[in-house]
Amino acid sequence: MGGAHGHLLHFHGHSAVHRAPAHLKVLALVAFMITVVATPDDWFAAFGAYLLVLVAVIGLSRVPPTYILKRMVVEVPFVLFAVLLPFVARGPRVEVLGLSLSESGLLAAFGLLATATLGVIASLTLAATTEPQALLKGLERLRLPTTLVQIMAFMIRYLSVVTDELRRMHVARVSRGFEARNPRHWPVLAKSFGALFIRSYERGERVHLAMLSRGYTGKMPL
Amino acid sequence: MSTPVLEVRGLAYAYPDGHQALAGVDLHVHEGESVALLGPNGAGKTTLVLHLNGILTAGAGTVSVSGMPVEKDHLQEIRRRVGIVFQDPDDQLFMGTVRADVGFGPANLGLSGAALDARVMTALDLVGMADFADRPPHHLSFGQRRRVAVATVLAMEPEILVLDEPSSNLDPASRRELADILRSLDVTVLMVTHDLPYALELCPRSVVLSDGHVVADGTTYDVLTDDELMRRHRLELPFGFDPRTVAATLGLGD
Repeated sequence: MGGAHGHLLHFHGHSAVHRAPAHLKVLALVAFMITVVATPDDWFAAFGAYLLVLVAVIGLSRVPPTYILKRMVVEVPFVLFAVLLPFVARGPRVEVLGLSLSESGLLAAFGLLATATLGVIASLTLAATTEPQALLKGLERLRLPTTLVQIMAFMIRYLSVVTDELRRMHVARVSRGFEARNPRHWPVLAKSFGALFIRSYERGERVHLAMLSRGYTGKMPL
Repeated sequence: MSTPVLEVRGLAYAYPDGHQALAGVDLHVHEGESVALLGPNGAGKTTLVLHLNGILTAGAGTVSVSGMPVEKDHLQEIRRRVGIVFQDPDDQLFMGTVRADVGFGPANLGLSGAALDARVMTALDLVGMADFADRPPHHLSFGQRRRVAVATVLAMEPEILVLDEPSSNLDPASRRELADILRSLDVTVLMVTHDLPYALELCPRSVVLSDGHVVADGTTYDVLTDDELMRRHRLELPFGFDPRTVAATLGLGD
């Protein structure tokens, strides 16, 4: 049934960051990320400065730092890839703790980690301080094509419905003695996801019928 | 007699896979009536409902709403006149707030500003959900969502309200609350349901659809007490429910 207020990433509050217009926050995030990505990997001080900016914004928003930290797990795949880089990259090598690592690989790994971490923190801060509905309005104000905004609105609306369905399917599997422990069980999971996909697709059709029944002509009227 | 709100003549429809869902259905519903549409699973009830506002197009026969045939040229007006409340409120409620959702239909009809807002609040008042206007629909209970789904359709001021399984998945209290709401509305109702006590409670008249044909059309009391008809079309009353005693205590039926 989703959270009591807003959604999983949103942290309810009334700080200046919460109150700032959503479209300005989106613009700030995009500008910030372009700057971060454009910064050469070896400008270490610059990355430190970016981090300070984010810490200041989070401080101002009164969102507990642990709230952001916990949700940073999405970054794990990037971290794994970044850790691999110094081992597989070519070029001059350096000894670190008895391991022979590529110098350019180390720098690239640092660059990747730094940009990913800053990006994740910045996005989480935006999500924590902006209601999803406000975010959609902000994107609309930024003249994002309405079809894209509509798709995002539907995604937010049905995210909880689909995850609930996924959870019910999981409970039903477990109730019949199934627990995915090793790769041999993956086909069952794949079939569950297939079933979920088809159900969601059919729900999409039913929603469309319901919209047509209320006079939908292709444009969102509101 | 006046022009029926809903007039279905010889309606037939086969799905693309060849399954004949409707085989010549005739149905008239007049203003102010409350009619239950009964029938076993797979009888074609939902298929019939989807013809009423032109989502499906008749293979043969005609459907008209207050004299206006359901055809491509005026689908928008047909969809205003025929308000369908679907079975799963999650299919019907897709906007970010209850207010936006209830406003979706009338806004498609061209309403805006204060007129739209008034329409939305009137509809929410009718179902007792005005206090929830600014909540996201997915945070409401199932019964509340069903009521908002009814409001989304009432906001279009339909001439006939079509309900697909209105009592399904409701707890007894929500089921009774919805019955109270439906009774309080001043609108023609066609209700598709398996809930026979609900049909007896809310609809004086019942139509039985079986295998794509209308096999009975009469007072709900007569239909439910015709044991032979009921058995032949897989209709069963819940354990312990006897329309005769209910009618005697409530003064329904003859």
